[in-house]
Amino acid sequence: MADVHDGASIAAHSWGAAGTPGYLLRALVQRGVKDLTLYCNNFIPVPDFLAEMGIPMVTPLIPQLKKIVSPFIGGRGLTLSGTTDFLGDQVKKGQLEIEATTHGIFMERLHGSAMGLGGFYSPIGLNTIVERGKEKRVIDGKEYIFEKPIRPDVGLIKAHTADKLGNLVYRGSSRGSNPVIAMASKLTIVEVFEVVEPGELDPEMVGTPGIYIDRIVRIPDEDIASAKRRPEVIKYFTEIILPLMLAASKGG
Amino acid sequence: MKEKLSEETVAMRAAKELQPGDYCNLGIGMPQLCALYVPQGVHIQTENGALDFGPLVTEENVEQIDPDLIDAGGRFYTRAPGMSFFDILTSFAMIRSGRMSTILGGLQVSEKGDLAIHSTSEADVYPQIGGSMDLAWGSRKVVVAMTHTTKDGKPKIVKELTMPVSAQRCVDVIVTDLAVIEVTPAGLLLKEVAPGWTPQEVQSQTGARLIVADDVKAVEL
Repeated sequence: MADVHDGASIAAHSWGAAGTPGYLLRALVQRGVKDLTLYCNNFIPVPDFLAEMGIPMVTPLIPQLKKIVSPFIGGRGLTLSGTTDFLGDQVKKGQLEIEATTHGIFMERLHGSAMGLGGFYSPIGLNTIVERGKEKRVIDGKEYIFEKPIRPDVGLIKAHTADKLGNLVYRGSSRGSNPVIAMASKLTIVEVFEVVEPGELDPEMVGTPGIYIDRIVRIPDEDIASAKRRPEVIKYFTEIILPLMLAASKGG
Repeated sequence: MKEKLSEETVAMRAAKELQPGDYCNLGIGMPQLCALYVPQGVHIQTENGALDFGPLVTEENVEQIDPDLIDAGGRFYTRAPGMSFFDILTSFAMIRSGRMSTILGGLQVSEKGDLAIHSTSEADVYPQIGGSMDLAWGSRKVVVAMTHTTKDGKPKIVKELTMPVSAQRCVDVIVTDLAVIEVTPAGLLLKEVAPGWTPQEVQSQTGARLIVADDVKAVEL
């Protein structure tokens, strides 16, 4: 992370406890670089005690950001997580730019860059805020929006196991957008729980081939984000997720 | 004031729109309640990358939490036979391929089937589109489960949307606490009404003209 500079664009998978590179995100906060553009799935605030527990999250990056591109920003229904106005008036003052996108097209824009494309025409979000400032075109009688590819300077991802060639094995729903971020980014750093020798991974199980991986970081055993630290995850569940589930089932 | 259907009843009725064998993604909010009532044999997808996952972890089995098994709402689920994992690119390819149905919440539905899911507007600094536009555009069948009117009694089924549109001409069926309404080329077809309500009374709570089906009946579960 030492060469991540001010003004860089960063893509990070961010979806709750699974697959979010919490260790690398904390390293980015410590590095303190500014004016970053962040591409992420969800940008949802959570209380400080969870940050201290090591639950992975992107919102501690707020003071370092110039722009957020994300399909989901904020905590609708997440009043338990504190303020609903966590970005304050930074957006109004022009200190922080927000770009809305649909989740599927966000993924496809990363994919487009991974495929070396110059963009694509999409029917999703016609006549909504998504088409703001974009070219529109009629193809075979149907209207489409031109979507540009996203090519991040740095991709921060997480997998379960890497071999020393960078071949990655994912686990459960922690696969997420990690593979496409790895393919789309100029530089990809992966955090993993375990690093093994070439030959130890079953090649049939490799989710991302090593060609896409530039750096491997093994999450230290003592690090609280480790999968082995289940008590923290259980506390996260009982104090945050469970009350939300109960509130949702009461129509909250 | 006559009694409206409970949230649970709306969820049960909306879930009945799905058939065994259907693939389905359920939106956040009331649609998540529908998950409890979908018929056996419906395949449920979570867009962060799993199909046919097992029951959610509750306070009774907290020790079964696996940090790598979460659904789109951040809830932990358990494993089940036949489940599969995939990345989010694949997930949205499924969603836009027309192979899946969806139950979504709604703020407004127009008589043409236009849907407003969130109050997202030009001025909103907290866009929360998520996967809803992909789901509304790409699904084989779009069911909207919502209350018939706003908290202050204004119709949510309207002639033209007054809120920002999420997807146009996408809704197939609207299930509310007062009625089941099908969106047809001819207009909104009132097929079922809450027990004790007449079609005329439902019309009075609706901002668009309803065509009353010849065989209109009380909501059936």
